[in-house]
Amino acid sequence: MGYPSDVRYTREHEWARMENGLITVGITSYATEQLGDVVFVELPAIGKKFEAAKPFGVVEAVKTVSDLYAPISGEVVAVNEELSSNPALVNQEPYGEGWMIRLKPRDTAEFNQLLTNRDYEKLLEEQHA
Amino acid sequence: MSLERRLLIEQGGPGHRGPALPACDVPVRPLAELLRGARLRTALEFPQVSEPEVVRHFIELSVLNHHIDRGFYPLGSCTMKHNPKINDELASLPGIALAHPLAGDDASQGALRIIHDLSRTLAEITGFAAVTTQPAAGAQGEAVGLMMIRAWHRARGEGERRRKVLVPDSAHGTNPASVHLVGYETVTVASGSEATVDLHALRAALDDSVAAIMLTVPNTLGLFEPEILEVTRLAHEAGAQAYLDGANLNALVGLARPGDLGFDLMHINVHKTFSTPHGGGGPGAGPVAVAAHLEPFLPVPVVTEHGDRLRWDHDRPRSVGRVHSFYGNFGILARALAYILTHGESGLSRVSRTAILNANYLMRRLMASYDLPHEAHCMHEFVLSGRGLRKHGVKTLDVAKRLLDFGVHAPTVYFPLIVEEALMIEPTETETLDRLDHFAAAMERIAREARESPKILQDAPTTTPNSRLDEARAARELKLRWSVPGREASVAAARSAERQTIGRP
Repeated sequence: MGYPSDVRYTREHEWARMENGLITVGITSYATEQLGDVVFVELPAIGKKFEAAKPFGVVEAVKTVSDLYAPISGEVVAVNEELSSNPALVNQEPYGEGWMIRLKPRDTAEFNQLLTNRDYEKLLEEQHA
Repeated sequence: MSLERRLLIEQGGPGHRGPALPACDVPVRPLAELLRGARLRTALEFPQVSEPEVVRHFIELSVLNHHIDRGFYPLGSCTMKHNPKINDELASLPGIALAHPLAGDDASQGALRIIHDLSRTLAEITGFAAVTTQPAAGAQGEAVGLMMIRAWHRARGEGERRRKVLVPDSAHGTNPASVHLVGYETVTVASGSEATVDLHALRAALDDSVAAIMLTVPNTLGLFEPEILEVTRLAHEAGAQAYLDGANLNALVGLARPGDLGFDLMHINVHKTFSTPHGGGGPGAGPVAVAAHLEPFLPVPVVTEHGDRLRWDHDRPRSVGRVHSFYGNFGILARALAYILTHGESGLSRVSRTAILNANYLMRRLMASYDLPHEAHCMHEFVLSGRGLRKHGVKTLDVAKRLLDFGVHAPTVYFPLIVEEALMIEPTETETLDRLDHFAAAMERIAREARESPKILQDAPTTTPNSRLDEARAARELKLRWSVPGREASVAAARSAERQTIGRP
């Protein structure tokens, strides 16, 4: 299975995309397949600061509830308001309209330490070996 | 929809009524005159329905329901065992059913004796010093247990420093919820390759900021923790308390005592292990048993013995306070004691042995049809994985739905979280070999259908009153209020308002 190469990944199945110095964050298609239908996404307020690997929100699916982890440290500059009325976007377009938050990174070097799509594919293979 | 399945308020109408009552033989006075200053409604929309229609309504609802008196209910972690009817008979005796909580100690010696004897027997079964019977459920028991742990740390001057509670990644969701409720922080500890506690991960997580570890034993995969003595020793070495989630006590009764395993306290789900009904939302009971050093912190009041008299002791300055009105859900406590006394010591240990035997029988038989991620002998329950069915386009959810067509309640699915496509099966000791074989045959047939005609599973259930429900839509478009049929417009507005408030603190 192919995962997009224009984003970086975490071991917790978030993706991060760098655009104009900001980092957009969502969850991977693997995560949405595992979760099933997403019914609610709880996102932080704009201006909130997070440390890398700390929970920034919660995604609720029919069968389970999972924490969302910040891929890198930074301050929230935007959240996807659409998800409050249409959480299905996360399932339909996990790398596009289903994005969750946009972070202003504290240190862009952290971004370069995230997994590449190759690393992420390898991680999933190992987990299913 | 049949007539009976409409709400009562949608049935009948003016003039429909039950038994005629004799005419009022005292002067009628307006309510506003009797309750001066009270804010009274001017109208009250009660259903007006005839007695036969009311009876049919509730009988119809009762036959739609699946329950342990109707069929097999292998819901893992929930211990859906038979509820012996003698317990209900005893709890209905007037001296028990009509006992009044304000009657005073002298007039309530029998009721106090029930609470006292239940506390003593639970303490003996679990290996602890004392018990509170106040908490109304297992989850409240967890919260009360953590409150006592916090009080203990505070009494030792360590309340500020110890803020974390370690919880394994296989834990029940109530554990982190209870931790949050008392203001502690949850730290998840990854399980080892055998799905039991990983001592290295535990050691790494234990330091002087940890207030407690919370563990379920056997764990949520139905596996006994082989290193449990070392786990509790490590917790104590780090100055933390060891809390046992008693959800799986049905595997241990008469065989091992949590107090002897090094735990400091636990809650007991009497509706699981001690056969009280899993009522429709209650009332329940989740007594908490504690070691001697935690006894001063028990909720008030506590039953104490003075010669042959029992009294409520309210003078407990170090108590965490009261956690339930009066003395807990007394009728449930009476049922639990009846269960314990009718089984006796040898009977109770046979309960656990048979529960373990039944689970292992099903596990060995079903491992031929489904993936079994951990092949060790299980305790009272086991976890299969439906991941092998994915290549046929079938998920665990489809297996669960198809089981309903065989008159069986589905097992717990998608829990524990560390097993993909999990199916968690707990048959309990009260099922016959015949019943277990019927369930196994249904599961085997479903596995065959998944290979040969997966559409049967994807469309299931077909024999239930409602077919497959759209769970995603039900959760996305919340409808939490009944509204008068025909007044749908106001419902849309109310729904939109609900969406704004739900889940948003």
